Amino acid sequence: MSLEETGFAVFLGLLSLLCVVLAGKAVDPVFGFHAALGAAASAGGLFLIVRAYIDRAGAVAPQEIDGRPNYNYGPVRFAAVIAMFWGIAGFLAGLYIALELAFPQLNLGLPWTSFGRLRPLHTSAVIFAFGGNVLIATSLYVVQRTCRARLPGVVLPWFVVLGYNMFIVLAATGYLLGVTEGKEYAEPEWYVDLWLTVVWVCYLFLFLGTLWKRKEPHIYVANWFTLAFIVTIAMLHLGNNATIPVSFFGSKSYIYWSGVQDAMVQWWYGHNAVGFFLTAGFLAIMYYFVPKRANRPVYSYRLSIVHFWALIFIYIWAGPHHLHYTALPEWASTLGMTFSIMLWMPSWGGMINGLMTLSGAWDKLRTDPVLRMLVVSVAFYGMSTFEGPLMSIKAVNSLSHYTDWTIGHVHSGALGWVGYVSFGALYCLIPWVFGKKDIYSLKLVDWHFWISTLGIVLYISAMWVSGIMQGLMWRAYTSLGFLQYSFVETVEAMHPYYVIRALGGFLFLCGAIIMAVNLYLTIRRGEPADQQAPNAALAAAE
Amino acid sequence: MEFTYEQVAIFAQQSGLVYFFLIFCFIIAYAVWPKNKEKFDHASRIPFEED
Repeated sequence: MSLEETGFAVFLGLLSLLCVVLAGKAVDPVFGFHAALGAAASAGGLFLIVRAYIDRAGAVAPQEIDGRPNYNYGPVRFAAVIAMFWGIAGFLAGLYIALELAFPQLNLGLPWTSFGRLRPLHTSAVIFAFGGNVLIATSLYVVQRTCRARLPGVVLPWFVVLGYNMFIVLAATGYLLGVTEGKEYAEPEWYVDLWLTVVWVCYLFLFLGTLWKRKEPHIYVANWFTLAFIVTIAMLHLGNNATIPVSFFGSKSYIYWSGVQDAMVQWWYGHNAVGFFLTAGFLAIMYYFVPKRANRPVYSYRLSIVHFWALIFIYIWAGPHHLHYTALPEWASTLGMTFSIMLWMPSWGGMINGLMTLSGAWDKLRTDPVLRMLVVSVAFYGMSTFEGPLMSIKAVNSLSHYTDWTIGHVHSGALGWVGYVSFGALYCLIPWVFGKKDIYSLKLVDWHFWISTLGIVLYISAMWVSGIMQGLMWRAYTSLGFLQYSFVETVEAMHPYYVIRALGGFLFLCGAIIMAVNLYLTIRRGEPADQQAPNAALAAAE
Repeated sequence: MEFTYEQVAIFAQQSGLVYFFLIFCFIIAYAVWPKNKEKFDHASRIPFEED
Protein backbone atom coordinates (compact mmCIF):
# COMPACT_ATOMS: atom_id res chain seq x y z
CA MET A 1 0.00 0.00 0.00
CA SER A 2 1.32 3.43 -0.91
CA LEU A 3 1.92 6.11 1.70
CA GLU A 4 -1.06 8.06 0.33
CA GLU A 5 -3.44 5.10 0.69
CA THR A 6 -2.14 4.25 4.17
CA GLY A 7 -2.47 7.88 5.24
CA PHE A 8 -6.05 8.19 4.07
CA ALA A 9 -6.95 4.78 5.56
CA VAL A 10 -5.54 5.72 8.98
CA PHE A 11 -7.17 9.16 8.84
CA LEU A 12 -10.60 7.75 7.97
CA GLY A 13 -10.26 4.98 10.57
CA LEU A 14 -9.45 7.47 13.34
CA LEU A 15 -12.18 9.83 12.12
CA SER A 16 -14.69 7.02 12.28
CA LEU A 17 -13.72 6.26 15.90
CA LEU A 18 -13.86 9.96 16.79
CA CYS A 19 -17.35 10.21 15.27
CA VAL A 20 -18.52 7.24 17.35
CA VAL A 21 -17.32 9.00 20.51
CA LEU A 22 -18.95 12.29 19.42
CA ALA A 23 -22.22 10.48 18.65
CA GLY A 24 -22.16 8.89 22.10
CA LYS A 25 -21.57 12.17 23.91
CA ALA A 26 -23.79 14.36 21.66
CA VAL A 27 -25.84 16.96 23.53
CA ASP A 28 -28.40 17.49 20.74
CA PRO A 29 -30.02 14.92 18.44
CA VAL A 30 -28.92 16.46 15.11
CA PHE A 31 -25.28 16.47 16.19
CA GLY A 32 -25.67 12.83 17.24
CA PHE A 33 -27.25 11.99 13.88
CA HIS A 34 -24.48 13.78 11.94
CA ALA A 35 -21.76 12.12 14.02
CA ALA A 36 -23.30 8.71 13.32
CA LEU A 37 -23.48 9.57 9.62
CA GLY A 38 -19.83 10.65 9.75
CA ALA A 39 -18.81 7.42 11.47
CA ALA A 40 -20.60 5.32 8.83
CA ALA A 41 -19.21 7.36 5.91
CA SER A 42 -15.62 7.28 7.21
CA ALA A 43 -15.85 3.52 7.80
CA GLY A 44 -17.29 3.20 4.27
CA GLY A 45 -14.38 5.21 2.87
CA LEU A 46 -11.89 3.00 4.70
CA PHE A 47 -13.62 -0.08 3.27
CA LEU A 48 -13.44 1.35 -0.28
CA ILE A 49 -9.70 2.07 0.04
CA VAL A 50 -8.94 -1.44 1.29
CA ARG A 51 -11.18 -3.10 -1.32
CA ALA A 52 -9.67 -1.07 -4.17
CA TYR A 53 -6.19 -2.03 -2.93
CA ILE A 54 -7.06 -5.75 -2.89
CA ASP A 55 -8.79 -5.57 -6.29
CA ARG A 56 -5.90 -3.96 -8.10
CA ALA A 57 -3.48 -6.51 -6.61
CA GLY A 58 -0.48 -4.20 -6.49
CA ALA A 59 -0.95 -2.80 -10.00
CA VAL A 60 -0.74 1.01 -10.37
CA ALA A 61 -2.59 2.89 -13.13
CA PRO A 62 0.06 4.02 -15.66
CA GLN A 63 0.69 7.75 -16.14
CA GLU A 64 0.79 7.28 -19.91
CA ILE A 65 -0.45 4.70 -22.42
CA ASP A 66 1.27 4.63 -25.85
CA GLY A 67 2.81 8.04 -25.14
CA ARG A 68 -0.57 9.64 -24.44
CA PRO A 69 -1.58 10.70 -20.93
CA ASN A 70 -3.82 8.18 -19.17
CA TYR A 71 -6.39 10.65 -17.86
CA ASN A 72 -8.31 9.82 -14.70
CA TYR A 73 -11.98 10.28 -15.59
CA GLY A 74 -13.60 8.22 -12.79
CA PRO A 75 -14.04 11.10 -10.31
CA VAL A 76 -15.02 13.45 -13.18
CA ARG A 77 -17.81 11.05 -14.24
CA PHE A 78 -19.09 10.74 -10.69
CA ALA A 79 -19.15 14.52 -10.10
CA ALA A 80 -20.82 15.19 -13.48
CA VAL A 81 -23.60 12.65 -12.88
CA ILE A 82 -24.24 13.64 -9.27
CA ALA A 83 -24.32 17.31 -10.32
CA MET A 84 -27.33 16.55 -12.51
CA PHE A 85 -29.03 14.74 -9.61
CA TRP A 86 -28.46 17.65 -7.20
CA GLY A 87 -29.53 20.09 -9.90
CA ILE A 88 -32.96 18.46 -10.26
CA ALA A 89 -33.30 18.31 -6.45
CA GLY A 90 -32.32 21.97 -6.09
CA PHE A 91 -34.63 23.20 -8.90
CA LEU A 92 -37.49 21.17 -7.38
CA ALA A 93 -36.88 22.73 -3.96
CA GLY A 94 -36.85 26.15 -5.63
CA LEU A 95 -40.15 25.47 -7.38
CA TYR A 96 -41.70 24.30 -4.14
CA ILE A 97 -40.70 27.39 -2.17
CA ALA A 98 -41.84 29.62 -5.06
CA LEU A 99 -45.25 27.93 -4.75
CA GLU A 100 -45.13 28.37 -0.96
CA LEU A 101 -44.76 32.12 -1.46
CA ALA A 102 -47.77 32.16 -3.79
CA PHE A 103 -49.82 29.66 -1.73
CA PRO A 104 -48.59 29.74 1.90
CA GLN A 105 -50.70 26.71 2.90
CA LEU A 106 -48.03 24.60 1.18
CA ASN A 107 -45.69 24.96 4.14
CA LEU A 108 -47.99 22.28 5.64
CA GLY A 109 -47.62 23.76 9.11
CA LEU A 110 -44.53 21.59 9.67
CA PRO A 111 -41.12 22.95 10.72
CA TRP A 112 -39.24 20.79 8.18
CA THR A 113 -41.19 22.12 5.20
CA SER A 114 -41.30 25.76 6.27
CA PHE A 115 -39.90 28.39 3.89
CA GLY A 116 -37.12 29.33 6.31
CA ARG A 117 -35.65 25.82 6.21
CA LEU A 118 -36.33 24.95 2.56
CA ARG A 119 -34.90 28.20 1.21
CA PRO A 120 -31.27 27.53 2.31
CA LEU A 121 -31.80 23.96 1.10
CA HIS A 122 -32.65 25.35 -2.34
CA THR A 123 -29.79 27.88 -2.50
CA SER A 124 -27.17 25.44 -1.24
CA ALA A 125 -28.45 22.64 -3.48
CA VAL A 126 -28.22 24.73 -6.64
CA ILE A 127 -25.04 26.70 -5.80
CA PHE A 128 -22.90 24.28 -3.85
CA ALA A 129 -24.32 20.87 -4.78
CA PHE A 130 -25.13 21.42 -8.48
CA GLY A 131 -22.69 24.27 -9.21
CA GLY A 132 -19.95 22.85 -6.98
CA ASN A 133 -20.03 19.41 -8.56
CA VAL A 134 -20.07 20.93 -12.06
CA LEU A 135 -17.02 23.00 -11.10
CA ILE A 136 -15.18 20.01 -9.64
CA ALA A 137 -16.01 17.82 -12.66
CA THR A 138 -15.04 20.42 -15.28
CA SER A 139 -11.96 21.71 -13.42
CA LEU A 140 -10.54 18.20 -12.95
CA TYR A 141 -11.19 17.42 -16.62
CA VAL A 142 -9.81 20.71 -17.97
CA VAL A 143 -6.69 20.74 -15.80
CA GLN A 144 -5.75 17.22 -16.91
CA ARG A 145 -6.36 17.90 -20.60
CA THR A 146 -4.68 21.31 -20.79
CA CYS A 147 -1.68 20.15 -18.71
CA ARG A 148 -1.55 16.78 -20.49
CA ALA A 149 -1.06 15.10 -17.10
CA ARG A 150 -3.01 12.57 -15.03
CA LEU A 151 -4.43 13.66 -11.67
CA PRO A 152 -1.95 12.80 -8.92
CA GLY A 153 -2.81 10.16 -6.36
CA VAL A 154 -5.09 7.16 -6.17
CA VAL A 155 -7.34 8.06 -3.23
CA LEU A 156 -6.99 11.86 -3.34
CA PRO A 157 -9.28 12.58 -6.36
CA TRP A 158 -11.99 10.33 -4.96
CA PHE A 159 -11.60 11.78 -1.48
CA VAL A 160 -12.21 15.27 -2.88
CA VAL A 161 -15.29 14.28 -4.89
CA LEU A 162 -16.92 12.00 -2.28
CA GLY A 163 -15.87 14.22 0.65
CA TYR A 164 -17.42 17.26 -1.02
CA ASN A 165 -20.70 15.41 -1.52
CA MET A 166 -20.60 14.29 2.11
CA PHE A 167 -20.39 17.99 3.02
CA ILE A 168 -23.53 18.58 0.92
CA VAL A 169 -25.42 15.78 2.71
CA LEU A 170 -24.43 17.07 6.18
CA ALA A 171 -25.33 20.67 5.29
CA ALA A 172 -28.67 19.82 3.65
CA THR A 173 -29.93 17.47 6.37
CA GLY A 174 -28.84 20.04 8.96
CA TYR A 175 -30.96 22.79 7.38
CA LEU A 176 -34.05 20.59 7.29
CA LEU A 177 -33.56 19.64 10.95
CA GLY A 178 -33.05 23.28 11.97
CA VAL A 179 -29.27 23.40 12.40
CA THR A 180 -27.93 26.59 10.80
CA GLU A 181 -25.64 29.55 11.42
CA GLY A 182 -28.30 31.69 9.76
CA LYS A 183 -25.79 33.45 7.46
CA GLU A 184 -26.75 33.54 3.82
CA TYR A 185 -24.76 31.01 1.70
CA ALA A 186 -22.71 30.20 4.84
CA GLU A 187 -25.38 28.34 6.78
CA PRO A 188 -23.50 25.11 7.70
CA GLU A 189 -22.52 24.80 11.36
CA TRP A 190 -18.95 24.67 12.70
CA TYR A 191 -18.28 20.92 12.34
CA VAL A 192 -19.57 20.87 8.74
CA ASP A 193 -17.35 23.90 8.04
CA LEU A 194 -14.34 22.05 9.45
CA TRP A 195 -15.05 19.06 7.22
CA LEU A 196 -15.34 21.31 4.15
CA THR A 197 -11.99 22.90 5.05
CA VAL A 198 -10.30 19.48 5.01
CA VAL A 199 -11.88 18.57 1.66
CA TRP A 200 -11.13 21.98 0.13
CA VAL A 201 -7.43 21.88 1.08
CA CYS A 202 -7.25 18.43 -0.56
CA TYR A 203 -8.93 19.90 -3.67
CA LEU A 204 -6.29 22.66 -3.76
CA PHE A 205 -3.47 20.09 -3.46
CA LEU A 206 -5.05 17.92 -6.15
CA PHE A 207 -5.29 20.87 -8.53
CA LEU A 208 -1.80 22.21 -7.75
CA GLY A 209 -0.40 18.67 -8.00
CA THR A 210 -1.76 18.34 -11.54
CA LEU A 211 -0.33 21.74 -12.52
CA TRP A 212 3.00 20.66 -11.02
CA LYS A 213 3.06 17.53 -13.24
CA ARG A 214 2.14 19.39 -16.42
CA LYS A 215 3.80 18.60 -19.77
CA GLU A 216 2.54 21.83 -21.34
CA PRO A 217 4.73 24.69 -20.09
CA HIS A 218 2.04 27.39 -20.28
CA ILE A 219 -0.86 27.24 -17.80
CA TYR A 220 -4.04 27.77 -19.83
CA VAL A 221 -6.23 30.70 -18.73
CA ALA A 222 -9.12 28.45 -17.62
CA ASN A 223 -6.81 26.98 -14.97
CA TRP A 224 -5.97 30.43 -13.62
CA PHE A 225 -9.64 31.14 -13.08
CA THR A 226 -10.09 27.77 -11.35
CA LEU A 227 -7.09 28.36 -9.12
CA ALA A 228 -8.38 31.82 -8.17
CA PHE A 229 -11.73 30.21 -7.37
CA ILE A 230 -10.22 27.51 -5.14
CA VAL A 231 -7.82 29.82 -3.26
CA THR A 232 -10.32 32.63 -2.71
CA ILE A 233 -13.13 30.32 -1.58
CA ALA A 234 -10.72 28.84 0.98
CA MET A 235 -9.89 32.33 2.26
CA LEU A 236 -13.55 33.42 2.40
CA HIS A 237 -14.68 30.22 4.09
CA LEU A 238 -12.05 30.53 6.83
CA GLY A 239 -12.67 34.26 7.29
CA ASN A 240 -16.43 34.08 7.60
CA ASN A 241 -16.54 30.98 9.81
CA ALA A 242 -14.41 32.05 12.78
CA THR A 243 -17.01 30.51 15.06
CA ILE A 244 -16.70 29.12 18.57
CA PRO A 245 -18.87 26.10 19.37
CA VAL A 246 -20.97 26.27 22.53
CA SER A 247 -19.99 22.65 23.16
CA PHE A 248 -17.67 20.32 21.24
CA PHE A 249 -20.49 17.77 21.46
CA GLY A 250 -23.24 20.02 20.12
CA SER A 251 -24.12 21.70 16.85
CA LYS A 252 -24.51 25.35 17.95
CA SER A 253 -21.71 27.90 17.53
CA TYR A 254 -21.29 31.68 17.58
CA ILE A 255 -19.07 33.93 15.48
CA TYR A 256 -16.05 35.47 17.21
CA TRP A 257 -16.99 39.07 16.29
CA SER A 258 -20.43 40.60 16.38
CA GLY A 259 -22.69 43.41 15.12
CA VAL A 260 -21.69 45.37 12.04
CA GLN A 261 -18.28 43.66 11.88
CA ASP A 262 -20.05 40.33 11.49
CA ALA A 263 -22.35 41.82 8.85
CA MET A 264 -19.38 43.23 6.91
CA VAL A 265 -17.40 39.98 7.01
CA GLN A 266 -20.56 38.07 6.01
CA TRP A 267 -21.08 40.23 2.91
CA TRP A 268 -17.40 40.30 2.08
CA TYR A 269 -17.88 36.53 2.01
CA GLY A 270 -21.31 36.63 0.37
CA HIS A 271 -20.42 38.85 -2.53
CA ASN A 272 -17.15 37.09 -3.20
CA ALA A 273 -18.97 33.77 -3.18
CA VAL A 274 -20.77 35.29 -6.18
CA GLY A 275 -17.51 36.69 -7.57
CA PHE A 276 -15.25 33.70 -7.17
CA PHE A 277 -17.58 30.69 -6.97
CA LEU A 278 -20.33 31.72 -9.40
CA THR A 279 -18.14 33.91 -11.64
CA ALA A 280 -14.44 32.97 -11.65
CA GLY A 281 -15.19 29.23 -11.44
CA PHE A 282 -17.70 29.32 -14.29
CA LEU A 283 -15.54 31.67 -16.38
CA ALA A 284 -13.01 28.83 -16.32
CA ILE A 285 -15.74 26.73 -17.96
CA MET A 286 -16.37 29.48 -20.52
CA TYR A 287 -12.70 29.79 -21.47
CA TYR A 288 -12.43 26.07 -22.17
CA PHE A 289 -15.82 24.86 -23.37
CA VAL A 290 -16.83 27.76 -25.65
CA PRO A 291 -13.62 27.57 -27.74
CA LYS A 292 -13.77 23.78 -27.69
CA ARG A 293 -17.37 23.56 -28.85
CA ALA A 294 -16.98 26.36 -31.43
CA ASN A 295 -13.71 24.76 -32.51
CA ARG A 296 -11.96 28.13 -32.52
CA PRO A 297 -9.40 29.57 -30.08
CA VAL A 298 -10.59 32.23 -27.67
CA TYR A 299 -11.08 35.63 -29.39
CA SER A 300 -8.23 37.40 -27.57
CA TYR A 301 -5.89 35.66 -25.19
CA ARG A 302 -4.50 39.06 -24.20
CA LEU A 303 -7.93 40.27 -23.20
CA SER A 304 -8.35 37.12 -21.09
CA ILE A 305 -5.23 38.10 -19.12
CA VAL A 306 -6.53 41.62 -18.48
CA HIS A 307 -9.96 40.13 -17.71
CA PHE A 308 -8.49 37.78 -15.13
CA TRP A 309 -6.35 40.25 -13.19
CA ALA A 310 -8.92 43.04 -13.27
CA LEU A 311 -11.64 40.69 -12.02
CA ILE A 312 -9.47 39.33 -9.21
CA PHE A 313 -8.32 42.74 -7.98
CA ILE A 314 -11.69 44.49 -8.16
CA TYR A 315 -14.26 41.89 -7.06
CA ILE A 316 -12.86 41.44 -3.57
CA TRP A 317 -13.82 45.03 -2.60
CA ALA A 318 -17.44 45.04 -3.76
CA GLY A 319 -19.10 43.38 -0.72
CA PRO A 320 -20.19 46.52 1.23
CA HIS A 321 -22.83 47.33 -1.43
CA HIS A 322 -25.01 44.74 0.35
CA LEU A 323 -25.10 47.02 3.42
CA HIS A 324 -26.06 50.47 2.09
CA TYR A 325 -27.90 52.65 4.64
CA THR A 326 -27.06 50.40 7.59
CA ALA A 327 -24.75 50.78 10.61
CA LEU A 328 -21.80 50.33 8.23
CA PRO A 329 -19.68 53.53 7.91
CA GLU A 330 -20.57 55.45 4.79
CA TRP A 331 -17.03 55.42 3.37
CA ALA A 332 -17.10 51.60 3.34
CA SER A 333 -20.45 51.64 1.59
CA THR A 334 -19.15 54.14 -1.02
CA LEU A 335 -16.02 52.05 -1.52
CA GLY A 336 -18.16 48.97 -2.22
CA MET A 337 -20.31 50.91 -4.67
CA THR A 338 -17.29 52.37 -6.53
CA PHE A 339 -15.59 49.01 -6.95
CA SER A 340 -18.88 47.45 -8.06
CA ILE A 341 -19.16 50.01 -10.85
CA MET A 342 -15.56 49.38 -11.88
CA LEU A 343 -16.53 45.73 -12.28
CA TRP A 344 -18.37 46.66 -15.47
CA MET A 345 -14.95 46.75 -17.13
CA PRO A 346 -13.74 43.16 -16.54
CA SER A 347 -17.27 41.75 -16.80
CA TRP A 348 -17.87 43.19 -20.21
CA GLY A 349 -14.32 42.42 -21.30
CA GLY A 350 -14.99 38.79 -20.45
CA MET A 351 -18.37 38.77 -22.14
CA ILE A 352 -16.96 40.25 -25.34
CA ASN A 353 -14.14 37.72 -25.28
CA GLY A 354 -16.61 34.84 -24.95
CA LEU A 355 -19.04 36.08 -27.59
CA MET A 356 -16.42 37.14 -30.14
CA THR A 357 -14.86 33.68 -29.97
CA LEU A 358 -17.70 32.82 -32.36
CA SER A 359 -16.77 35.48 -34.91
CA GLY A 360 -16.69 33.74 -38.26
CA ALA A 361 -18.66 30.80 -36.87
CA TRP A 362 -21.98 32.42 -35.99
CA ASP A 363 -23.82 29.95 -38.24
CA LYS A 364 -23.07 27.24 -35.66
CA LEU A 365 -25.63 28.87 -33.37
CA ARG A 366 -28.35 27.75 -35.76
CA THR A 367 -27.24 24.13 -35.96
CA ASP A 368 -25.72 23.41 -32.55
CA PRO A 369 -28.07 23.93 -29.57
CA VAL A 370 -25.25 23.14 -27.10
CA LEU A 371 -23.16 26.01 -28.43
CA ARG A 372 -26.26 28.20 -28.41
CA MET A 373 -26.74 27.42 -24.72
CA LEU A 374 -23.12 28.36 -23.97
CA VAL A 375 -23.38 31.60 -25.93
CA VAL A 376 -26.70 32.60 -24.37
CA SER A 377 -25.11 31.97 -20.96
CA VAL A 378 -22.39 34.50 -21.82
CA ALA A 379 -25.07 36.98 -22.93
CA PHE A 380 -26.83 36.50 -19.58
CA TYR A 381 -23.47 37.01 -17.87
CA GLY A 382 -23.17 40.37 -19.61
CA MET A 383 -26.74 41.31 -18.73
CA SER A 384 -26.65 40.39 -15.04
CA THR A 385 -23.20 41.94 -14.53
CA PHE A 386 -24.55 45.13 -16.06
CA GLU A 387 -27.54 45.06 -13.73
CA GLY A 388 -25.50 44.25 -10.59
CA PRO A 389 -23.31 47.39 -10.54
CA LEU A 390 -26.40 49.44 -11.42
CA MET A 391 -28.17 48.07 -8.33
CA SER A 392 -25.12 48.77 -6.16
CA ILE A 393 -25.50 52.53 -6.78
CA LYS A 394 -26.96 53.92 -3.55
CA ALA A 395 -29.86 55.77 -5.19
CA VAL A 396 -30.92 52.65 -7.13
CA ASN A 397 -30.27 50.43 -4.12
CA SER A 398 -32.63 52.49 -1.97
CA LEU A 399 -35.40 51.36 -4.31
CA SER A 400 -34.23 47.84 -5.14
CA HIS A 401 -32.88 46.58 -1.81
CA TYR A 402 -35.03 44.09 0.15
CA THR A 403 -37.38 43.75 -2.85
CA ASP A 404 -37.93 41.01 -5.44
CA TRP A 405 -35.76 42.94 -7.89
CA THR A 406 -32.77 41.42 -6.07
CA ILE A 407 -34.27 37.95 -6.50
CA GLY A 408 -34.81 38.62 -10.21
CA HIS A 409 -31.22 39.85 -10.59
CA VAL A 410 -29.79 36.82 -8.80
CA HIS A 411 -31.79 34.45 -10.97
CA SER A 412 -30.86 36.09 -14.26
CA GLY A 413 -27.29 35.36 -13.21
CA ALA A 414 -27.99 31.97 -11.65
CA LEU A 415 -30.39 30.48 -14.21
CA GLY A 416 -29.11 32.32 -17.28
CA TRP A 417 -25.36 32.44 -16.71
CA VAL A 418 -24.39 29.74 -14.20
CA GLY A 419 -27.20 27.35 -15.19
CA TYR A 420 -26.71 27.58 -18.94
CA VAL A 421 -22.92 27.48 -18.90
CA SER A 422 -23.15 24.39 -16.65
CA PHE A 423 -25.71 22.73 -18.91
CA GLY A 424 -23.59 23.49 -21.97
CA ALA A 425 -20.49 22.12 -20.24
CA LEU A 426 -22.26 18.92 -19.12
CA TYR A 427 -23.64 18.35 -22.64
CA CYS A 428 -20.01 18.43 -23.85
CA LEU A 429 -18.38 16.69 -20.89
CA ILE A 430 -20.67 13.66 -20.45
CA PRO A 431 -20.04 12.31 -23.99
CA TRP A 432 -16.30 13.00 -23.67
CA VAL A 433 -15.74 11.22 -20.36
CA PHE A 434 -18.05 8.31 -21.14
CA GLY A 435 -16.37 7.74 -24.53
CA LYS A 436 -19.36 8.72 -26.68
CA LYS A 437 -19.37 10.52 -30.00
CA ASP A 438 -21.87 13.22 -29.02
CA ILE A 439 -24.98 13.76 -26.97
CA TYR A 440 -27.79 11.20 -27.57
CA SER A 441 -30.25 13.69 -29.04
CA LEU A 442 -29.55 17.26 -30.14
CA LYS A 443 -33.28 17.64 -30.74
CA LEU A 444 -33.89 17.18 -27.01
CA VAL A 445 -31.19 19.78 -26.26
CA ASP A 446 -33.14 22.15 -28.50
CA TRP A 447 -36.32 21.47 -26.51
CA HIS A 448 -34.42 21.97 -23.25
CA PHE A 449 -33.02 25.26 -24.50
CA TRP A 450 -36.34 26.80 -25.56
CA ILE A 451 -38.40 25.56 -22.59
CA SER A 452 -35.80 26.78 -20.08
CA THR A 453 -35.34 30.10 -21.86
CA LEU A 454 -39.07 30.74 -21.73
CA GLY A 455 -38.94 29.83 -18.02
CA ILE A 456 -36.09 32.28 -17.33
CA VAL A 457 -37.83 35.11 -19.19
CA LEU A 458 -41.05 34.55 -17.20
CA TYR A 459 -39.08 34.34 -13.96
CA ILE A 460 -36.95 37.45 -14.27
CA SER A 461 -39.55 39.71 -15.87
CA ALA A 462 -42.09 38.79 -13.15
CA MET A 463 -39.51 39.60 -10.47
CA TRP A 464 -38.53 42.91 -12.08
CA VAL A 465 -42.12 44.08 -12.18
CA SER A 466 -42.92 42.73 -8.73
CA GLY A 467 -39.74 44.13 -7.16
CA ILE A 468 -39.99 47.64 -8.58
CA MET A 469 -43.70 47.75 -7.72
CA GLN A 470 -42.94 46.59 -4.19
CA GLY A 471 -40.20 49.22 -3.76
CA LEU A 472 -42.41 51.99 -5.09
CA MET A 473 -45.35 50.94 -2.88
CA TRP A 474 -43.14 50.97 0.23
CA ARG A 475 -42.06 54.55 -0.38
CA ALA A 476 -45.46 55.97 -1.46
CA TYR A 477 -46.86 58.67 0.82
CA THR A 478 -50.32 60.26 0.92
CA SER A 479 -50.79 64.05 0.74
CA LEU A 480 -51.01 64.04 4.55
CA GLY A 481 -47.60 62.37 4.89
CA PHE A 482 -48.83 58.92 5.88
CA LEU A 483 -47.56 55.74 4.22
CA GLN A 484 -50.03 54.99 1.44
CA TYR A 485 -49.90 51.18 1.63
CA SER A 486 -49.77 48.75 4.51
CA PHE A 487 -47.22 45.94 4.18
CA VAL A 488 -49.89 43.32 3.54
CA GLU A 489 -51.24 45.34 0.60
CA THR A 490 -47.83 45.05 -1.09
CA VAL A 491 -47.86 41.30 -0.48
CA GLU A 492 -51.31 40.99 -2.01
CA ALA A 493 -50.24 43.01 -5.06
CA MET A 494 -47.31 40.65 -5.63
CA HIS A 495 -49.39 37.46 -5.70
CA PRO A 496 -49.88 37.25 -9.51
CA TYR A 497 -46.14 37.74 -10.09
CA TYR A 498 -45.35 34.98 -7.60
CA VAL A 499 -47.56 32.64 -9.62
CA ILE A 500 -45.81 33.66 -12.88
CA ARG A 501 -42.43 33.15 -11.21
CA ALA A 502 -43.43 29.66 -10.08
CA LEU A 503 -44.51 28.88 -13.65
CA GLY A 504 -41.10 30.07 -14.89
CA GLY A 505 -39.39 27.83 -12.34
CA PHE A 506 -41.58 24.91 -13.41
CA LEU A 507 -40.50 25.35 -17.05
CA PHE A 508 -36.84 25.55 -16.01
CA LEU A 509 -37.25 22.30 -14.03
CA CYS A 510 -38.95 20.63 -17.04
CA GLY A 511 -35.96 21.58 -19.20
CA ALA A 512 -33.56 20.10 -16.64
CA ILE A 513 -35.54 16.83 -16.53
CA ILE A 514 -35.34 16.59 -20.34
CA MET A 515 -31.60 17.13 -19.99
CA ALA A 516 -31.25 14.40 -17.34
CA VAL A 517 -33.08 11.93 -19.62
CA ASN A 518 -30.87 12.95 -22.54
CA LEU A 519 -27.69 12.50 -20.49
CA TYR A 520 -28.90 9.11 -19.22
CA LEU A 521 -29.59 7.96 -22.78
CA THR A 522 -26.17 9.27 -23.86
CA ILE A 523 -24.44 7.19 -21.20
CA ARG A 524 -26.53 4.04 -21.82
CA ARG A 525 -27.16 4.15 -25.56
CA GLY A 526 -24.88 6.84 -27.01
CA GLU A 527 -22.87 6.00 -30.11
CA PRO A 528 -19.31 5.14 -29.03
CA ALA A 529 -16.61 7.59 -30.03
CA ASP A 530 -14.41 6.24 -32.84
CA GLN A 531 -11.20 7.18 -31.03
CA GLN A 532 -10.74 3.68 -29.65
CA ALA A 533 -7.56 3.11 -31.66
CA PRO A 534 -5.13 5.90 -30.72
CA ASN A 535 -3.32 5.71 -34.07
CA ALA A 536 -6.50 6.42 -36.01
CA ALA A 537 -7.06 9.54 -33.91
CA LEU A 538 -3.51 10.73 -34.57
CA ALA A 539 -3.94 10.27 -38.31
CA ALA A 540 -7.25 12.13 -38.28
CA ALA A 541 -5.85 15.16 -36.47
CA GLU A 542 -5.66 18.34 -38.57
CA MET B 1 3.54 59.75 16.83
CA GLU B 2 -0.27 59.91 16.71
CA PHE B 3 -2.11 59.74 13.40
CA THR B 4 -5.55 61.25 12.95
CA TYR B 5 -8.33 59.46 11.09
CA GLU B 6 -7.98 61.95 8.20
CA GLN B 7 -4.24 61.30 7.83
CA VAL B 8 -4.71 57.57 7.70
CA ALA B 9 -7.67 57.87 5.32
CA ILE B 10 -5.81 60.20 2.92
CA PHE B 11 -2.75 57.95 2.92
CA ALA B 12 -4.87 54.86 2.28
CA GLN B 13 -6.90 56.48 -0.51
CA GLN B 14 -3.97 58.04 -2.37
CA SER B 15 -1.59 55.11 -2.08
CA GLY B 16 -4.45 52.75 -3.00
CA LEU B 17 -5.10 54.77 -6.15
CA VAL B 18 -1.44 54.73 -7.15
CA TYR B 19 -1.09 51.02 -6.33
CA PHE B 20 -4.10 49.96 -8.39
CA PHE B 21 -3.15 52.24 -11.28
CA LEU B 22 0.40 50.87 -11.41
CA ILE B 23 -0.55 47.20 -11.31
CA PHE B 24 -3.19 47.83 -13.97
CA CYS B 25 -0.55 49.48 -16.19
CA PHE B 26 1.77 46.56 -15.53
CA ILE B 27 -0.88 44.01 -16.55
CA ILE B 28 -1.77 45.92 -19.73
CA ALA B 29 1.92 46.18 -20.63
CA TYR B 30 2.40 42.46 -20.03
CA ALA B 31 -0.65 41.59 -22.11
CA VAL B 32 0.21 43.74 -25.14
CA TRP B 33 4.03 43.42 -25.05
CA PRO B 34 4.91 42.41 -28.64
CA LYS B 35 7.41 39.79 -27.49
CA ASN B 36 4.67 37.89 -25.64
CA LYS B 37 2.48 37.56 -28.73
CA GLU B 38 3.88 34.21 -29.79
CA LYS B 39 3.51 32.79 -26.29
CA PHE B 40 -0.14 33.87 -26.06
CA ASP B 41 -0.95 32.63 -29.57
CA HIS B 42 0.38 29.24 -28.58
CA ALA B 43 -1.49 29.32 -25.26
CA SER B 44 -4.80 30.06 -26.97
CA ARG B 45 -4.41 26.86 -29.01
CA ILE B 46 -3.73 24.59 -26.00
CA PRO B 47 -7.29 23.16 -25.91
CA PHE B 48 -6.87 21.99 -29.53
CA GLU B 49 -3.48 20.35 -29.11
CA GLU B 50 -4.50 17.63 -26.70
CA ASP B 51 -3.73 13.89 -26.73
